[in-house]
Amino acid sequence: MEPRLLPLGDAAAIVRFGAAIDPALNARAQAFCAALAAAPPRGLHEWAPAFASVTLWYDPDALPFAELESLCRRLALAPPAPCSGEIHDLPFCAEADFAPDLADVAQANGLSPADWLQAFAKITFDVAMLGFLPGFAYLGGLPKFLDAPRLATPRKNVPERSVAIADGMCAAYPQSSPGGWRLIGRTPTKLFDAQAEKPTLFAPGDRVRWRLIGRDEFFAQERTWRG
Amino acid sequence: MARLIVEHPGLGVSIQDRGRFGFRRLGIPVSGALDQGFFAAANVLAGAPDDAAALECLLSAPILRADAGPVRLGLAGAFSGVLTRAGRDESIVSWRGLTLQTGDRLALKLTRPPGYIACSGGLDVPPVLNSRSAYARAGLGRALGPDDVLCCADAQGEDRCAPPLAPGDGPLRFLPGPDPFPPQTLAAFIAARWTVRPESDRMGLRLAGPRLADRPEGANIVSEGVTPGAIQIPGDGQPILLRADGQTSGGYARIGCVITADLDRMAHVLPGDAVAFAPVDAAQAAQARRERCERVAAWRQSLAPVAGLDEEKLWSENLITGAIFAD
Repeated sequence: MEPRLLPLGDAAAIVRFGAAIDPALNARAQAFCAALAAAPPRGLHEWAPAFASVTLWYDPDALPFAELESLCRRLALAPPAPCSGEIHDLPFCAEADFAPDLADVAQANGLSPADWLQAFAKITFDVAMLGFLPGFAYLGGLPKFLDAPRLATPRKNVPERSVAIADGMCAAYPQSSPGGWRLIGRTPTKLFDAQAEKPTLFAPGDRVRWRLIGRDEFFAQERTWRG
Repeated sequence: MARLIVEHPGLGVSIQDRGRFGFRRLGIPVSGALDQGFFAAANVLAGAPDDAAALECLLSAPILRADAGPVRLGLAGAFSGVLTRAGRDESIVSWRGLTLQTGDRLALKLTRPPGYIACSGGLDVPPVLNSRSAYARAGLGRALGPDDVLCCADAQGEDRCAPPLAPGDGPLRFLPGPDPFPPQTLAAFIAARWTVRPESDRMGLRLAGPRLADRPEGANIVSEGVTPGAIQIPGDGQPILLRADGQTSGGYARIGCVITADLDRMAHVLPGDAVAFAPVDAAQAAQARRERCERVAAWRQSLAPVAGLDEEKLWSENLITGAIFAD
C-alpha cells in the first residue's frame, strides 16, 4: 500500500502505512526511520515511529508539505532494513506483590502461573514504538495463548518498573503512573535515567527478552543503582 | 555571577526554555514555555539570549530578593509589583527590564497567567537532555521551591521597556486532520463554544460542550504521534487540546491541530474560559506564521529605554494600567 502523508497541524505530519498493530507495518515504519536517519533532509527536525506510521516534525517554511510528500513517497520504497536494534536480556521478578494480575492472566489462559511465566520468558519481543511516558516501550509479540485484555478500570497508580501485558503486547512502566495493563512482574533494571547519555533503556527497533529471577536477586540488582 | 533568593516560590512556577527537542521517539515530550512569544520577550527585556531559561508563572508569581546584584529581570505578562529598595517601596509595572541591586526585593502579583520572568544572561541551571525545561512527571528540570537560589549573569546596559504583546483573540485556528470525521461532526465542533474544565494543566486543556457524535470508525485509533495543538476527541465526545507537556503519542482520533501561529494563545486559555475553533488551510497557516513574525519584529523595534519614559505622567493619564492590565 502506498503510504499517505497526513497533516498534523502546519509543522508536523504523519506518514501512515496502515491502521493496524501488525509487525509488517511496524517494520515499514522502522525502515522509513532508518532511511531518514541515513540522510536527514534539510528542514526536518525530528521523527518518531509508531505502530504503523511515522510522525515528522518539520519547518514548513524550509520544507513545504508538497516537497515532504514527494520525499516520503521516495523513502517509503526503502526495503525493510534488517533489525539493527539492541537485544535486551532483562531480569524480572514475579513474586505475588509484584505481580497482582499474574494468577488471573494465567487462569484465563488455562495455565498455572509457573507455566505462564515459563512460556513468557521464551518470547523475544520487538520494541514497536515508545510513547505514553518517557521511555515507555510498546513491546509487540505476545502470543494469543498468553494474552489478556486491558483492565476495565485502570489502576490509579502502577508502581515504577512494573512489567505488564495487555492486548497482544508487553510493556514496563519507567515511572509510576496510572495504567490499565495487567501487572505480571517487576524489573530491578532502571528504565529511564535523565542523566544518562541514552536516557531510555529501550529504543524503537530493539528486542527484549525477560528472565525470571527471585526476590533476593531482585533487591540485590536494585541496590546496584539505588545504593 | 549574580544571585537571586526565592523568598516565596509562588504557585505553578517552573523553569522553562524553548523546549526539549529530539527525544519524542523515546516518548519524551517537548515541554518548554507555553507562550513562546511572551517567553522570548521576557528574555529580550532581561538582556538574555532568546532561548535562555526563564521562570514561567501559571498561577501566581514569586517574591525574589537580589542576594548579589546587579540582576536585570525581564517581566512579560500581566504582572504588577512592589520593589523594596533601602526600606522604600516603589510600584513596578510589567513589560520592562528591571535591574535589582544587592538587597532589593521584588514582590510580584500575576493578574492573569501566564507570566514570564527572565534574568540577565538567562537562568543558570544545568540542562537535562539539551533543555532546561521542567517536566515534573519524569523528574526533568524543576519547579521553583522556597529558598531556592537562582544564578544568572550580572546586568549590563540599561533597562528597556516595550508595550505588551497582545495574545490575540478570536477562535483558535486549526488545520483539520489527520483523522477523518463526518462533515456534520466537524461542523458541530466548529459551531460549539467550549468551556475549559478545571482539570487542565501543562499537558492539555480538557474542554466541555456539546457531545460530539462517535466516528463511524470509533473514537480509538492505533496509537500514533501527537504534538502540542492536537485536538483529540475521545469516546465521550469532549475534546482534549494537547499543550507542551502532552504525551508524544495517543490513541484518540484527532479532528485537527491548532496552527503554530496560534499555539501561544493556548497558554492564555484558563479554566472556565470559553474557546472556539476555526478551520484554516495550509496557505492561511503560512500567512499566519508570517504575520506572527512581523508582530514579533515590530515589538522588538518598539523597545525603548525605561529612563526615557515619564512614568508618572503615563500613570496620571491612566495610560499604563489601561494598556497593561486589560484582559
